[in-house]
Amino acid sequence: MKVIRLMIVAVGGQGNLLATKVLGEAALLAGIPFRMSEIHGMAQRGGVVESAMIFGDAKSSLISDGEADILAGFEPLETLRALGKCNKKTVVITNSAPIPPFAAAVGWSAYPGPEDLQIQILDMAGSLNSFDATTLAIEAGNVMAVNMVILGALAGTDLLPVSAENIRETIRNKTRKNFIDVNLKAFDLGFKQ
Amino acid sequence: MHKLLTDEPGKKMLLLGNEAIARGAVEAGVAIAAAYPGTPSSEISLNFFQMSQESELYFEYSVNEKVSLEVAAAAANTGVRAMCIMKHVGMNVAADALMTLAYVGVRGGLVILVADDPSMFSSQNEQDSRYYAKLSGLAMLEPSTIEEAKDITIRAFELSEELEEPVLLRTTTRINHSTAVVTCGDISPPKTKGDFTRNPMRYVTVPAVSRKLHVRLLDNLARAEETANQSSLNFTEGKGNWGIICNGVSYTYVSDAVQELGIEEKATILRLGFSHPLPREKVNSFLAGCDRVLIVEEGEPVLEEAVKALAQEKGKLLPIGGKSTALFSRLGEFNPALVREKISAWFEVQETLHDKQEPLIQAELAPRPPTLCAGCSHRATFHAVKKAAAGMDVIYPTDIGCYTLGMLPPLGMADFLICMGSSTGTAAGFSRTLDKKVVTFCGDSTFFHSAMAGLVNAVFNKHNFTLIILDNGTTAMTGHQPHPGVDMEKHGLSGFGKIDIEEVVKALGVGYLSVIHPFKLNKSIKVLQEAFAYKGVSVVIAREICTLYGKSLKMPKMKPFYVSDKCQNHKDCIDQLGCPAFFVKKGRVNIDPDRCTGCALCAQVCPENAIRPVKTNDK
Ligand code: SF4
Ligand code: SF4
Repeated sequence: MKVIRLMIVAVGGQGNLLATKVLGEAALLAGIPFRMSEIHGMAQRGGVVESAMIFGDAKSSLISDGEADILAGFEPLETLRALGKCNKKTVVITNSAPIPPFAAAVGWSAYPGPEDLQIQILDMAGSLNSFDATTLAIEAGNVMAVNMVILGALAGTDLLPVSAENIRETIRNKTRKNFIDVNLKAFDLGFKQ
Repeated sequence: MHKLLTDEPGKKMLLLGNEAIARGAVEAGVAIAAAYPGTPSSEISLNFFQMSQESELYFEYSVNEKVSLEVAAAAANTGVRAMCIMKHVGMNVAADALMTLAYVGVRGGLVILVADDPSMFSSQNEQDSRYYAKLSGLAMLEPSTIEEAKDITIRAFELSEELEEPVLLRTTTRINHSTAVVTCGDISPPKTKGDFTRNPMRYVTVPAVSRKLHVRLLDNLARAEETANQSSLNFTEGKGNWGIICNGVSYTYVSDAVQELGIEEKATILRLGFSHPLPREKVNSFLAGCDRVLIVEEGEPVLEEAVKALAQEKGKLLPIGGKSTALFSRLGEFNPALVREKISAWFEVQETLHDKQEPLIQAELAPRPPTLCAGCSHRATFHAVKKAAAGMDVIYPTDIGCYTLGMLPPLGMADFLICMGSSTGTAAGFSRTLDKKVVTFCGDSTFFHSAMAGLVNAVFNKHNFTLIILDNGTTAMTGHQPHPGVDMEKHGLSGFGKIDIEEVVKALGVGYLSVIHPFKLNKSIKVLQEAFAYKGVSVVIAREICTLYGKSLKMPKMKPFYVSDKCQNHKDCIDQLGCPAFFVKKGRVNIDPDRCTGCALCAQVCPENAIRPVKTNDK
C-alpha cells in the first residue's frame, strides 16, 4: 500500500491526540495498516503538541522534514512552525483562528498576520485550505470540537485512505457519550470545507 | 473494566507503546510493579496504577527510583514476577541498588524498564542507558516497534527467570509515545505470593558473599551471551555484502530506507533486539559476510565500539562507519530521512527518490514555551518571594517539577538545576561560597524523592539557606501522581498512610518553619521576610493545590476576575506575573474569563485596585 504521511500540529488542550486516535481507530476498523507517534512533552501547560500518522507499509512512525503528504494545523502559527515538514506537493489544511502564545497575547512579541501565513505556506507547500474551524466548532456546539472540524476537513479531501463513514462510526463508538452529537456535527461542518 | 485487562486473545487494539508494554507485563503475569513517575515512561505506571485497583496486581508509586527497584527486587526474590519503571535519569538514582542486585540476582522474573529520551523532549540530559547494561552486567532488550514492545516485555520476564537476573528493557520516546495496532495474547494469572528461605551467605552482600556472587554474575553474563546468539530478537534481513547493524527504533528507519533506496539485494540488516551482552558469534558471522558496514544507533557509539573491537579481535579489516564526523551524531534523535541520507552516503548510492526541498528561511516565529498554568500557585509564591527579597542579593537554585518553568520571564526564578532533589544540596554549596542569600525551591513529591536528604544534611552541617517547599498536593509535572504527602482517602482510595511534610521538617530540627498560603500575598511576603532573615536553615511550606489537578478533581470553581475601567494600563500585572489568562486587546489589558481561575493574585498586585471578581450584577 502506498505510504501516506499525515502531520498534525496543535496547541496543548486542542484535542490533537483525540483526533489522531479517532483516525487510528477508524483505520483499524477499515483494516488499513498505519502507525503514529506523538510529542506532547508539557502539552497541558500550553506547549505544542505534534502527532504523525503514517498509513501504509512503512515501519517507522516519524515524519522527516519535507516528507509530509498532508499537514493539518489546529492553530495557524503552529501550522507555520511545522512547514519544514512540507514539500511542493503537500496539502495543508489549517484552522485560521489564532491562539497567540502568551508573549504575543500581551504584545511582547509579534504574531504573524493572516496574509503572511498564506504567503509563507504557499511558498513551501502545494495547496492550502484555511478556514475558521473555531467558529465552526462553536456552531457545532462546543469550542473544543475544533479537532473534529479539522478531522472532517481532512476526510473531505479524499487524501486519507480512511473513509468518512469509518470516521463517523468511530466518533460514534469511541468519543465521550455526551459529545457524540456535537462531534459528528463538527465533523460534518469540517467535511464541507 | 480497564482496557488492558481485556481477556480476549486475538483481539486487535490500538495501543500507545507504553500501554503495549503494560499489556505485555499483564500477559506475562506481573504481580508487583513500582515506579517513580517520569516522562516518557509515565503512562506505563499510570496504567498499572489503574489496573491495580481492579486486579490482583500490586502497584505503587515509590518515593524514588532506587526505592521502587528495591521493592521490586525483594518481591522478585520471593519468586513472583515484578517490574520497575523509570526514565533514563531515574536509573542514576536506582543505580546503587542495581549494581549489587545484579550480583544477588532474582528468582521470579524482574523487568526494569528504562525509557531514554534522545533529543530531550522532556528531560535534563540525553544519557544512553545502554551503558547501564554494560556497567551492571545485565541483559538488555530493545524493542523496535510497538507490536514488538508487548512481546518483548513478555520475553524479558522469561529471560529474567532463565538467567536468574533482572533484565533491562530499554525504550526511547518514539517507542513510548508511538501508537500502533497490537494483537492481544493470553493473560497469565499472576502468582502473587512467593516464598523465601533465609540464606545470608547467598543474599547478604558482605564482601565474602559478594566475591562469590560476582563470579555468579559473570557466569550468568556468559549464559546470557549464548542466549543472545540464539535469540530470534537478533535477526538479519535482506541480502548482500553491505552490512547495517542497528537497534531500537533505528531499525525501522533502516528497514524503510533500504526499501526506499531499492538496495534490498545489496544490503543485509542485523537488528539487535537483545543488544547486551553483544551476541558476538552472531555479529562475527554477520561481519564475515560483509565488506562494508554501517552502525545505525541513536545516542552513544555503544554498538559501534563493540563491533569494531570484535572485528579487530578476528583480524577482519573492513570499513565500519558510525558516529564519525561525516556520519551520525551523538546528539539528538534520528529520523527516516537522516538515516536514509547517511546510508546512501556510506554505501554511495544515489538518493533520487526524495528531492530535497530547500528549507524556507522563515521569519522568527513567536515561540510557544510551556508556562505555569493560569492560577498556578507557584506564580504567587514566586511573586511573594521576589517581593520579600526586594533589595537583597539572592541566588535561586531550584529543582525538577512544574516550578522549573518559573525560570521564564517575567518570573525568572531559577538559577541552577542539575537533577531531581538537587535543590537542597546545591543550596548548601552556594551558601558556603557566595556572599548572597540562597533561596531554593522543591516540590512536595521532589521533597520525598530526594530533596529531603539534602535538608537533613543541611541541618546537620549548619548550612544557611531558605528552602521553599511548593506543596501543591500532587506530582504535577508528570500528570498528577500521588506521593506520600497526599491524603488518598480524599480520592476514595483506602489502604494508604499519609506523611505530613510539616511534621517531617519539624522532626529534622529545622530552626525556622512556617506554612504560607501563597494567594494571601501580603501575609506570605511577611513570613518569607522572616524566613530570609533567619540565620541557618529555614523552611517555608507554600501550600495550595495545583490548580490543574483541582480542575480534574472537579473542585468548586471561583469567579473569574476582570479588568475594570479604573485600569491605568501600566500593565504591572502582566509584567510582574505573566499569568496566561491575560491578553492585550486594542492596547488594553484583558482577562480571558475561560482561563482565569479566580486566584485573585493579580487583583492584589494591581496598584489601582482595577482588577475585580466578576459579579453577577457587575459587568
Ligand atoms: S499543573 Fe499545577 S503545578 Fe503545574 S503549572 Fe499547572 S497549576 Fe501549576
Ligand atoms: S485572578 Fe488574575 S492571576 Fe489569577 S488566574 Fe485570574 S487572571 Fe490569572
